[in-house]
Amino acid sequence: MRDVAIVSFAQAPLDQPPGQTETMMLIPTITEALGNVGLTRKDVGFTCSGSADYLTGSTFTFVSMLEAAGAWPPISESHVEMDGAWALFEAWVRCQHGDVDVALVFSSGRAGLGHDLRETLLFQFDPYYLAPLGADYVSLAALQADAVLERTGKTERDLAEIVVERRRAAKANPYATISGDYTVDDLLAKDPVAGVLREHDIGPPVDGAAAIVMVAGDRARDLCDRPAWISGLDHRVDPHYPGVRDLSVSPSAKLAGEKAGAAGVEVAELAAVCSHEELVLADALGLGAGCAINPSGGAVVGNPMMVTGLARIGEAANQVMKNGKSKALGHASSGPCLQQNLVCVVEGRN
Amino acid sequence: MAERCAVVGIGQTKLSKCRDDVSMAGMCREAAQRALDDAEMTWKHIDAVVIGTAPDIFEGVMMPEIYLADALGAAGKPIMRVHTAGSVGGSTAVVASHLVQSRVHERVLTLAFEKQSEGDTNFAFSSGRSGGVGAGGYFAPHIRAYIERSGAPDYVGPMVAVKDRLNALKNPYAHLQIPDISIEMVLESPMVWAPIHRLESCPTSDGAVAMVLTNEAGGRRAARPPAWVHGTAVRTELGWFPGRDPVNPRAGQDCSADVYQQAGITNPRLELDLAEIYVPFSWYEPMWMENLGFASEGEGWKLTESGATSMEGDIPVNCSGGVLSSNPIGASGMLRFAEAALQVRGLAGAHQIDGARRALGHAYGGAAQYFAMWVVGSQML
Repeated sequence: MRDVAIVSFAQAPLDQPPGQTETMMLIPTITEALGNVGLTRKDVGFTCSGSADYLTGSTFTFVSMLEAAGAWPPISESHVEMDGAWALFEAWVRCQHGDVDVALVFSSGRAGLGHDLRETLLFQFDPYYLAPLGADYVSLAALQADAVLERTGKTERDLAEIVVERRRAAKANPYATISGDYTVDDLLAKDPVAGVLREHDIGPPVDGAAAIVMVAGDRARDLCDRPAWISGLDHRVDPHYPGVRDLSVSPSAKLAGEKAGAAGVEVAELAAVCSHEELVLADALGLGAGCAINPSGGAVVGNPMMVTGLARIGEAANQVMKNGKSKALGHASSGPCLQQNLVCVVEGRN
Repeated sequence: MAERCAVVGIGQTKLSKCRDDVSMAGMCREAAQRALDDAEMTWKHIDAVVIGTAPDIFEGVMMPEIYLADALGAAGKPIMRVHTAGSVGGSTAVVASHLVQSRVHERVLTLAFEKQSEGDTNFAFSSGRSGGVGAGGYFAPHIRAYIERSGAPDYVGPMVAVKDRLNALKNPYAHLQIPDISIEMVLESPMVWAPIHRLESCPTSDGAVAMVLTNEAGGRRAARPPAWVHGTAVRTELGWFPGRDPVNPRAGQDCSADVYQQAGITNPRLELDLAEIYVPFSWYEPMWMENLGFASEGEGWKLTESGATSMEGDIPVNCSGGVLSSNPIGASGMLRFAEAALQVRGLAGAHQIDGARRALGHAYGGAAQYFAMWVVGSQML
């Protein structure tokens, strides 16, 4: 395989003015990601993006995002209706051909638009047999949380401890929606919203945008002191119907982790939108005690759906590019109860 | 050096107004199973799945790969979903071919579908607002501009409408079957978006199409003749800015130049044996013939008028009946790609062009701003 590295990552700030569109969030974000390594839109050989119409409640919303990509003269470009992490996968595949050295990947989403994400995501389910039951993603997550706690012997207090830790870590992350010092007892004083899950266990849906610049071969070394080389990238899916799955484990994350070479990572940024998902993923990916999980705070402190996974990969890349780590993992997920999982392993080289 | 890619299995459903006998998953499964049967493979042979469909709001299922994972045998495998407006079927096949060419996977199932009967497409086209102009309302002014620029006689559009419906009679999968189609019938049909008569417009269809793609070794040992991918390209441009030419978009020109260069083609009319081109409204045949370099600017209509694009002509276009005869939107682009491949495999049945060696598959979308193309051949390039 051709050596390809992440050389830059940028994300849109949280404090967006009212009425901000995805295009408006993306324009400065893409400019920043390219500008960080001295590139402009004209240097890009392939562009790939991820977004979802249902979050804005409109068709073809990705078409207007071409303004942010700068599609004139015409560009070689593609789009997935998936988290931007899968756009990154498509761009990485495209870079393997050898004729493209610089790829731009971005994604955006308006999960914070004000509608109820629990209602919107019902549209992801089998429309004939599953969606009509009205079991939304939080309700299904609560079933999964039950299964996880039962299997691991952990408790709601353990979940709250995860959240306290992530919110504390997020104090150093200006892009986190919720951060600060909380106590487990404060969190547990609140009533659950579904099963064992309380509000703090569920990453708040927010608007977001992020961009990553990916560069192949020697060019990456020229542009970046310490590129985050992609040493493994894989994604897998589990069956859709929650009833046929053992929700306490994630075979798809396990397989993706094995294929991508997750063993031995020092840092993992996991798209665990709910606190208990961290337990499932850490287990599936074999993350040991020596692995730092979600130093950014992760998705439980803010869930810019469609961007959540791409941002995890960006944060993992930053651990290599800026924090001197030698092996980091970024994870993305899609569907109810972690149905689909992507693992990207990045490495620094001396 | 990229790995070679071969199409070794193709399956499609009977395209029709309403497949109310199957679910979305059932319809997709039907096309995929037929592609596997054609390739003499089973589900376990497939390494990855790439699907494409038009806006989720058309059917009301958000990110449908999540729901379709089971029906497409994807559990434990990678599945992804491409979306590039009307060109999506083509772009999806391009992504799937890249998975093989990059050596990431050996055998990829790619599928595109639309089940328009499950939703209200025109409502969705207008972003959930009723009273929208629809695709025809958007493209009609571009067609009028083309007619004015080129001086094309007004019967050229109806000629395309008749030719493609006659071709559809030879394709058992085609939706519209109008045995007595004639210029008069087209002209007598209601004017829906001047100058587009109702019979110069595509229908709304339910349908799915699937292909099995594999590498050189797989192509060499294929059960039936493979179609070898000679080139793939995608191009996108902004849909709206001063100075843009939406009648002859540069993205289409660039995309075709790229794919011809990869395939070693310098004169597409001479070197290609046929083309499957995305023509949802009759006049887009002459317009795209110019955009794709089969004719010089202003001369595309003469190919239609002279019969060059008929099955008996030197560059047959849309022998399958094309989008004018069947339009499961998200699948329409992949149907063009698949029909091009069927022709060079010699498996197109009654609409086969004898001895077809090289063919172009083409799709476009958005405000005529998204393009996806491939050239396939009976021989390895």
